[in-house]
Amino acid sequence: MTNSFSEFAKSKMFLVIGSNMTEAHPVAATFVKNAVLNGARLIMVDPRRHKLADFAELHLPIKVGSDIALLNSLMNVLIEEDLYDRKFVATCTMNFEALKNKVAEYPPERAAGICGIPAETIRDTARRLASVKPAMLIYTLGITEHTCGVNNVMSTANLQMLLGNMGMECGGVNPLRGQNNVQGACDMGALPNVYCGYQKVIDQKAREKFQKAWNVPKLPDRNGLMIPQMMEGLVSKKVKAFYIFGENLANTEPDIHKVEHELKSAEFLVVQDIFQNETTRFAHVVLPAAAWSENDGTFVNSERRVNRVRAACPPPGEAMPNWWIFTEIARRMGQDWPSKSARELWDNEISVLSPNLAGIKYRRLENDGLQWPCPNEDHPGTCFLHKDGQFTCGLGVFSPIDWTPPAEVPDEEYPLVLSTGRRLYHYHTRTQTGRCEGLNDMLPEETADISYADARARGISQGEMIRVKSRRGEIRVKARVTPEVPPGMVWMAFHFREGNANFLTNAVFDPVSLTAEYKACAVRVEKI
Amino acid sequence: MSNKIITINGNEYAFTEGETILAVARRNGIDIPTLCHLSGATPTGACRVCMVEVEKARTLMAACALPASDGMVVKTESPKVVKSRRMTVELLLASGEHDCVVCPGAGECRLQELAMRYGVAGKKFPKTKSRYGLEDVNPMIVRDFSRCILCGRCVQACNEIQVNRAISFGYRGKKSKIVAGEDMALKDSECVFCGQCIEACPTAALMEKGARVKIRPWEGKKVRTTCPYCGVGCQMWLHVKDDKIVKVTAVKDGSPNKGRLCVKGRFGFGFIHSPERLKTPLIRKDDGGFREASWDEALDLVASKFREIIAKDGPDAIAGVSCARSINEDSYAMQKLFRAVLGTNNIDHCART
Ligand code: SF4
Ligand code: FES
Repeated sequence: MTNSFSEFAKSKMFLVIGSNMTEAHPVAATFVKNAVLNGARLIMVDPRRHKLADFAELHLPIKVGSDIALLNSLMNVLIEEDLYDRKFVATCTMNFEALKNKVAEYPPERAAGICGIPAETIRDTARRLASVKPAMLIYTLGITEHTCGVNNVMSTANLQMLLGNMGMECGGVNPLRGQNNVQGACDMGALPNVYCGYQKVIDQKAREKFQKAWNVPKLPDRNGLMIPQMMEGLVSKKVKAFYIFGENLANTEPDIHKVEHELKSAEFLVVQDIFQNETTRFAHVVLPAAAWSENDGTFVNSERRVNRVRAACPPPGEAMPNWWIFTEIARRMGQDWPSKSARELWDNEISVLSPNLAGIKYRRLENDGLQWPCPNEDHPGTCFLHKDGQFTCGLGVFSPIDWTPPAEVPDEEYPLVLSTGRRLYHYHTRTQTGRCEGLNDMLPEETADISYADARARGISQGEMIRVKSRRGEIRVKARVTPEVPPGMVWMAFHFREGNANFLTNAVFDPVSLTAEYKACAVRVEKI
Repeated sequence: MSNKIITINGNEYAFTEGETILAVARRNGIDIPTLCHLSGATPTGACRVCMVEVEKARTLMAACALPASDGMVVKTESPKVVKSRRMTVELLLASGEHDCVVCPGAGECRLQELAMRYGVAGKKFPKTKSRYGLEDVNPMIVRDFSRCILCGRCVQACNEIQVNRAISFGYRGKKSKIVAGEDMALKDSECVFCGQCIEACPTAALMEKGARVKIRPWEGKKVRTTCPYCGVGCQMWLHVKDDKIVKVTAVKDGSPNKGRLCVKGRFGFGFIHSPERLKTPLIRKDDGGFREASWDEALDLVASKFREIIAKDGPDAIAGVSCARSINEDSYAMQKLFRAVLGTNNIDHCART
């Protein structure tokens, strides 16, 4: 997030796209709702009419995967009607002409056909957005989990730059991160192209720095593989050994049949986790890890806040902290690492090696933590980025972007769009929440959410067992007939093995981020 | 701060326009007791515990609701005030079950505190039995209406803080009750079990089902930590007894969540103590099953396999996925292992979901 949660309640205008906040980030949603009760305005863009719509002055139920067409069209109107922030565009951005030419191709009349939103509503939305400044844009996985995910993200930034909503309190582009420490795992360099602090592995200077710090003669100089490439490598035998730490890939990745075939192909699979799960079934070695409340450590939340995690109880049996396990493997392979605790890892390595975290030390994290960038130990941390229009590389660059449809769109055989996400009472594959009394009682099984119109057309009644089928697989699941879902759409989560939507999802990926298109594939719904 | 002055208990204090007497007092370390007042919500003035004496006013005034004004002279513990508070507490104690000896909330009850502070025994008036009993037909929250003093804090927590709009005041007069929807069980209502009402309740009328009889307020230890679920990163207290987490509460005023939690954060900790946890390393047997192994055996096997594969196919034949749920130090150590020890950049995590 460019901005912070503490700004939500103070904001005057929100544009929320592809974010079912009240279920997926409930506490963040409370601040948005507080702001609305205090008079703030909220425009929500989402194919589904989820709970937040009750607080929105306008809900745009766009067709799945039409975000760029809508955003381009909003910008078309802003430029056409001269409602954009000329000063910000002139002084803080580059490439405006190219953007202008591109969005000129998206008049509301054209976008209306793609998004399923009347042209007049698009105009009205643009005018409303321009009428309050700053406006805060919030998005979640509805934006990223598409084959055009990166383009979606850039389009949201285009819009906010055009409106001059960057670099100020209560503005910005704010992705709510799905997992507690997805931000941190990125910051730590658990990525194929960067070390901690986003220092590139292809940069010789960075390599030399880390070679010295880690006391090794040489570090690999090419970018590594991303998850989907690793998985495919298992089948092509490019990848022989696979080490999975804490991810239940057999349920979370698209197209389960394909994923299981890939995992089965591994010559040597190590899985490190706190439970046996669908993925450990394929493992050759399973390593028992200490869980969340059994560790000292840190997380980084969506607003770049580094906060402490503290051990409350000992791990069961012989389970050990994950960093200890990695340290032990390193030792067996000839390297004796100096850090012997999470604190030493952070204070003596991570914060020393990452310029944006340099000022963050455990002793400074006793209470509410610190938000990076925090370059030195006297720095108070940073609530919002790009202050006064300062972008990392100087000026904010507009990217002209074309709308592209999802990889698989409905046709006669598979006439409905399946979109997937999370529900309130569970988290991911339920390895944790499925073992919590209460949560499991509140939501004991998966459902396929369908519209009244589609249910009626197929003679399906509430709670009836139905079949949902895609080109990749089929599942049996209970129908949940609901007004939240528009006709033509099926919505499901992936919390349960039984009826898991990932038997159906399409393993196609954004070409840059390799994020899978969890939000769109074509399915058929049948009465059994 | 303006140059307007209010006098409280003989001392002068500056205040900003709109600040209540209570806010000015708190800011200056003067303790005016409250019951129904919930910070962050609009004052309702329902309980009358915060009554203070304001010079020239005909009656006592509610400090939580009355804005300070220039030249105002206030007494917070005058005999008149104390008398009124005693009476208020007497009346509250007389309505419903307030039997501290067997109450699971004893020691963490605002009503009990007030009774102690003002020496009220609750014997002055005959007890009226409460009309409503206990509701525990959901797995998370127990509502004991016999201990409810109708202060309305839960209603405010639900409607103004979390804005879930699940509960409200129902019926009238002596029949008053906090109701979910049209007076149904919580589990059948709009309630999403964030449990903010429990946090707001000053008595034991609302409690976590799992913790209700398991832990007393003074037992065990409290450990501050960060929620393990979504990317908000709420700050919470783990209440730990005999090495087991028995309940979770929010860190008041902590950032980013400002004392709020959702259902997963508050009730999603049971997995930690599941008997199904992995307790020893496991190695695949020839017949397909697993056998238990020591750390030395398992780690030696992993190291030797990795060495073997690197020798044969090169370091890029190894790939790894880190965990976006685990702590930073784990992800850092894993990428260091892959880069510095195994010699490959094939390290990723589900960064994009
Ligand atoms: S308590 Fe709820 S909103 Fe807060 S971090 Fe945990 S899952 Fe997210
Ligand atoms: S605290 Fe002021 S009336 Fe209850």
